[in-house]
Amino acid sequence: MANSHHSHDDSSHGSFKSYMVGFVLSIILTAIPFGLVMFPTLSKVATLWIVLIFAVVQVLVHLVYFLHLDRSAAQRNNVITFAFASLVILLLVGLSVWIMFSIHTVMMAK
Amino acid sequence: MFGKLSLDAIPFHEPIVMITIAMIAIGGAAVLGLITYFKKWTYLWTEWLTSVDHKKIGVMYIIIAMVMLLRGFADAIMMRSQLALATEGSPGYLPPEHYDQIFTAHGVIMIIFMAMPFFTGLMNIVLPLQIGARDVAFPFLNSLSLYLLISGVVLVNVSLGVGEFARTGWVAYPPLSELGYSPGVGVDYYIWALQLSGLGTTLTGVNFLVTVLKMRTPGMKLMDMPIFTWTCTWANVLIVASFPILTGTLAFLTLDRYLDFHIFTNELGGNPMMYVNLFWAWGHPEVYILILPAFGVFSEVISTFTGKRLFGHHSMIYASGAISVLGFMVWLHHFFTMGSGASVNAFFGLATMLISIPTGVKLFNWLFTIYQGRLRFTAPVCWNLGFMITFSIGGMTGVLLAIPGADFVLHNSLFVIAHFHNVIIGGAVFGYIAGFAFWFPKAFGFKLNEKWGKAAFWFWISGFYVAFMPLYALGFMGMTRRLNTTDNPDWTPYLHVAFWGAALILIGIACQLIQIYVSIRDREQNRDLTGDPWNGHTLEWSTSSPPPFYNFAELPKAEEIDAFYAAKRDGEAYKVPAKYSDIHMPNNTATGLVMGALLTVFGFAMIWHIFWLAAASLIGTIVYFVIHASRDDQGYMVPAAEVARIEGEQHKILASVRNAQANSPVNKLEQA
Amino acid sequence: MSNLVFDGAKGHDHDHDHAHDHHDAGEMKIYGFWIYLMTDCILFASIFAIYAVLVNNVAGGPSGHDIFELPYVLGETACLLLSSITYGFAMLAMHKGNKSGVLGWLFVTFLFGLGFIGMEVNEFHLLISEGYGPNRSGFLSAFFTLVGTHGLHVTSGLIWMAILMYQVSKNGLTSTNQTRLSMLSLFWHFLDVVWICVFTVVYLMGTI
Repeated sequence: MANSHHSHDDSSHGSFKSYMVGFVLSIILTAIPFGLVMFPTLSKVATLWIVLIFAVVQVLVHLVYFLHLDRSAAQRNNVITFAFASLVILLLVGLSVWIMFSIHTVMMAK
Repeated sequence: MFGKLSLDAIPFHEPIVMITIAMIAIGGAAVLGLITYFKKWTYLWTEWLTSVDHKKIGVMYIIIAMVMLLRGFADAIMMRSQLALATEGSPGYLPPEHYDQIFTAHGVIMIIFMAMPFFTGLMNIVLPLQIGARDVAFPFLNSLSLYLLISGVVLVNVSLGVGEFARTGWVAYPPLSELGYSPGVGVDYYIWALQLSGLGTTLTGVNFLVTVLKMRTPGMKLMDMPIFTWTCTWANVLIVASFPILTGTLAFLTLDRYLDFHIFTNELGGNPMMYVNLFWAWGHPEVYILILPAFGVFSEVISTFTGKRLFGHHSMIYASGAISVLGFMVWLHHFFTMGSGASVNAFFGLATMLISIPTGVKLFNWLFTIYQGRLRFTAPVCWNLGFMITFSIGGMTGVLLAIPGADFVLHNSLFVIAHFHNVIIGGAVFGYIAGFAFWFPKAFGFKLNEKWGKAAFWFWISGFYVAFMPLYALGFMGMTRRLNTTDNPDWTPYLHVAFWGAALILIGIACQLIQIYVSIRDREQNRDLTGDPWNGHTLEWSTSSPPPFYNFAELPKAEEIDAFYAAKRDGEAYKVPAKYSDIHMPNNTATGLVMGALLTVFGFAMIWHIFWLAAASLIGTIVYFVIHASRDDQGYMVPAAEVARIEGEQHKILASVRNAQANSPVNKLEQA
Repeated sequence: MSNLVFDGAKGHDHDHDHAHDHHDAGEMKIYGFWIYLMTDCILFASIFAIYAVLVNNVAGGPSGHDIFELPYVLGETACLLLSSITYGFAMLAMHKGNKSGVLGWLFVTFLFGLGFIGMEVNEFHLLISEGYGPNRSGFLSAFFTLVGTHGLHVTSGLIWMAILMYQVSKNGLTSTNQTRLSMLSLFWHFLDVVWICVFTVVYLMGTI
């Protein structure tokens, strides 16, 4: 409905409905982790996993509903770029943490 | 008011430095005087300094790289001569605190201010032409990137005369680089020079990635792009992925030094080893950034001068991609000895060795390209062949070092120094010099003198082996890096031989300078009239030399690999189009220069703790940028008639060349 | 549609090449900006890595458990999430060509963002005045670096937003301004994504 004044419109944009869906999902995905930590109900390990998983899911919610990443051809470049950046981040943080914690263990370092 | 700055910052008591500053001042004054005498300031301003033309920007990058090669090499000569003299207890002529700055500056300059700008310059000149584009995606940003590099160059060179440079080695590990052990301004010069030039590099990476993805001539698929464009693209991917890590790491060190944070300090819970980890997480991709474009140059050179198309075009692209991705999984091999233990070391050692496989694929592709071709032994080909032998040896010593057990013996020895100079000189430097010779006619319209080019090559390659092979031996004999004196008589003869190697390279560099002089002097005899002096395969050779400022009057057709080779084969090269159209071009702007200048002041002010000036110059930079952006300059239109006129002149020249060939019995271009 | 003006404008006899230029120019800028955002993500990743390594280096000082107040952080999170939604509404208004709608929603976004920054500055001030500033320990250095860098980014976004509001009010929803609004939109949402990681890794995991 909102496209009338654009002759070509490559960059996807949302609608009121999609922003609201994203908003409500984000609220839920924020409230539950905060609630579980502020009012400890489950075990520490379970809480930790839920907190982490909900964070990942909420990031994806933001990417899809607010940053409009999807499987369309128009978004393909953005998605590939993001995927590559994610790979780099995983390698950087994951390997760094492995390295530094190994040093800590092997060398009894601080 | 002036922070830590005072007249004490000038090293009046160090004669070597004062003489150098005097020579630079006299030389600089001479250059400025000549420009004034020949009334060239307007020309310089409008045609070069405010230009957003990628071809001009590329030339300026390469000029900077070559000047910094001289400065970095001067550092090298000083180190080699000091080590040759300071044997068996003799102190040599360079005091240790001076020597430490020399090896630090040598590393920083050669990597960041010689090799990086050299490849960036070649990429700037060539890549848009190779993909049939009229410019890069963000011409203003391109200019800004150049001036950010210049900021870094200025700061590094000012440190010679005002204050000092870092004494930590080019890697600047804490706690040595923290305030406790480096209370002076040296490390701050290092930090700000790298931060400013690093920002420029990151912007270049973004710029060229968008250019390649969005501005290829219609019909050119990604897999059809020339290999130089592809290797530069992988390098740009590495740049955007790795430079933020350097930005962060240097910022953390800055927070420690300026605001008493404890990220890398020994006290109060900092972790200096995390610096080493993060630095090399950037540092390893950095060396692949340096080498990949050189590999691309070699692909272009070898295919052009054998007259054959490159063997294994697609596998080259995948191999370069594999090198890039693997390059993010190997960085720990720079610090096997830091104590991560066997499992971690094994993983990274294996990953490091794996990289030799795609590298081998590339090498064999070059060999198969030469096989059954008719190789013309031009200067670029000499550099190429020299590279293949030299880089292979260096790569093999790298695989040796990749074995953690071996590295425990060789870490920080001269073996490591020899290895990385082997691959950087044999790989990157030879590659960029080859690229310089290969594309010089395109940029300037006349060829370089072959004789002096080959002389330079022979002095460089022989000098390299004489200088660095002894260092491998010294590494095995136990000599560590960054020593300013030695006292082991067994080492002395090797150090003497290495010095003469440096002297040979010096002659090689002199040959290059003479080559440039002779080539300019003889340019009329060596004019490249057609724009295709080597019978090239890719689109840059379809333009005149130098190309018109808009590159292509009509966006070229590119439906397969080696689009220009295909056009010549199908008889479609140099066709005059039915009609010309208006061309949209960006305007020149001084904003990049002004922002660069203000940021240089910002860097200098931060270094000397002149915080009011730092704030003012930073705010000024942002304000100036906002004003520039709000002008929303949309460029200008080149009328079709003007395009027709320019194109007409080149077609006249092409016609006269064809006539001359038709009438001359002997002079035919090689058909391959 | 757009108010592009050229020196010596030729009106409409550009060939298709050129007409493509301007639409594509905006699209290219947005994609280029996206790549820059990815570099910013990697920058944040290096700060998260530092935090992970230093989180337990309290040097006898306070740990996260001692200094984090989750209800307060929930308040900050609400500010930022609401500001993301209101920016979304601004973008919807932009696509409808509704200039006053854009300016209105941007202003609300700005207020929420300012609220976030105000709360964060207050948090930092309190910590520093208790002697728990960044120079107390490695953990606190990492905390202030991570949260502070995010805060600096938000502040930069607010400055950009103010300038853009001025440009839109002065020149309207030109093609250039629309491109810039799109870029700021990406920036603003990305900052909320980073905040999700911050509140999870720093505040929630620091309190579990």
